[in-house]
Amino acid sequence: MLELKNITFNANESGENIGIIRDISLKADDNKFIVITGPNGGGKSTLAKIIAGIVKNSSGSIIFDGVDITDKSITERARMGIGFAFQQPVRFKGLTVIDLLRIAAGKELSHSEACDYLSEVGLCAKDYINREVNASLSGGELKRIEIATVLARNIKLAVFDEPEAGIDLWSFNNLIRIFENMRKSDKKRTIIVISHQERILNIADEIVVIADGKVIKQGSKDEILPTIIGTQYSSDVCPRMA
Amino acid sequence: MKNMDAVQKRLFQEVADLHNIPEGAYNFRANGESIGRNTTANIDIQSKTDASGIDIYIKSGTKNESIHIPVVLSESGIKETVYNDFHIGDDCDVLIVAGCGIDNCGNQDSEHDGIHRFYVGKNSKIRYVEKHYGSGDGSGKRILDPVTEVYMEEGSTMEMEMSQIKGVDSTQRTTIAELKKDAKLVVRERLMTHGQQQAYSIYKVALNEEGSSADVVSRSVARDDSYQKFDACIIGNAACSGHTECDSIIMDNGKILAVPSLEANNIDAALVHEAAIGKIAGEQLTKLMTLGLTEAEAEEQIINGFLK
Repeated sequence: MLELKNITFNANESGENIGIIRDISLKADDNKFIVITGPNGGGKSTLAKIIAGIVKNSSGSIIFDGVDITDKSITERARMGIGFAFQQPVRFKGLTVIDLLRIAAGKELSHSEACDYLSEVGLCAKDYINREVNASLSGGELKRIEIATVLARNIKLAVFDEPEAGIDLWSFNNLIRIFENMRKSDKKRTIIVISHQERILNIADEIVVIADGKVIKQGSKDEILPTIIGTQYSSDVCPRMA
Repeated sequence: MKNMDAVQKRLFQEVADLHNIPEGAYNFRANGESIGRNTTANIDIQSKTDASGIDIYIKSGTKNESIHIPVVLSESGIKETVYNDFHIGDDCDVLIVAGCGIDNCGNQDSEHDGIHRFYVGKNSKIRYVEKHYGSGDGSGKRILDPVTEVYMEEGSTMEMEMSQIKGVDSTQRTTIAELKKDAKLVVRERLMTHGQQQAYSIYKVALNEEGSSADVVSRSVARDDSYQKFDACIIGNAACSGHTECDSIIMDNGKILAVPSLEANNIDAALVHEAAIGKIAGEQLTKLMTLGLTEAEAEEQIINGFLK
């Protein structure tokens, strides 16, 4: 279980006190699918990075499976079972898809094991396994590989930072399917997705609405979704394409 | 084959991936003398009489054969210049593995300057693999100044993989190539320098006839206080295509000077150069750390991948 207690984050890159996150407390119970939504600039992505240790919170504490991880590094948190998928997947010259999956899994991977992870995100291993994770891959392909690297890890908590950002509609429809499958998977993992896409909100157990650095609504999907549909907290893809 | 000591065996393994005596033609050179040689029906190796080195003759039509000519220096203070000439007939398809390993535990400099000349016959296809490696903790320097000259006849192809990943204190590598009609040259260079090492890599490729092409790509990493200079010039004298690329990671106090240059002397010469130098991106480290690596492990993975 993940518990955030009175988290604040005050500084931007130039060190100004701008109060991006003002006192957020949240609980994510085991095996739940939680979607955090809210307007752009409301602090969602910062909160996701705080959970993974990429951004340090200014005050408050983070408890993961009963351990205070507030002062633990990115690496330590990763090794405790926290996974993080970047909004803008990172490119690497020279590292191939199988290299990244191998690093993620922490062991040598057979072709068929790599195939399992890639097919979970809708990619055919034989076309991708030896591709470099560089600019030759499209935004949608990179996004799926990013998700596969999270799935290849033996994790208890996966955080996805705006998985729909920067991909085309065609890829988006496939992405929804990946999350639906993840939702149905019998692997015991808690999933936190930062997103304001209605179709992702629709498969949530719980929805948290963050605006202006604070939690403004929180509850089960059935309770929250009807109150935010059609607002800036829940947007659908272009209605003519849906 | 004369007996090799453990250091020599290790050096041969490093530079030629050899654990045993290879099949096919070979010439092993250790501390200035030939310690083993084999020729085949199609490949002859003869010692030069006017200089140190060998002439290698590959008969026209030789296919799927290999030649290994590794060199090791395990005594401190040896300085040698060796001339190896490859006379390759027409329609061949062969693998040539060269390489030089120096182990210097003494306080005198050890230097091997290999001058390789390739005369590649019509429509022949050559793959050339060369590794340079240094080890030993003596104060004597390990120096390699190779010169490679490639003369390519019509329709021939040469792929060169050259790497120097560890332990060579000073290197000045010069590669000159001249290409005739439809000849194709591909170069992949991998270089890593550390400590106080210096490496100069100079290419001069002349595309002299119609349809000739060259693709010269270097990837390098400069760590600690090391210095690298990459100087690649492609000259287009006909309707040809040329591409050169230098991609480098800089670390610590490393310094890199990249000087890619192009010279077009014909309106149909299509030439491109690219050069990029930068440190490892912070987000690359962060990504690998979210996969459970420490920062140092992440750095190692990124460099290994880059130089692969």
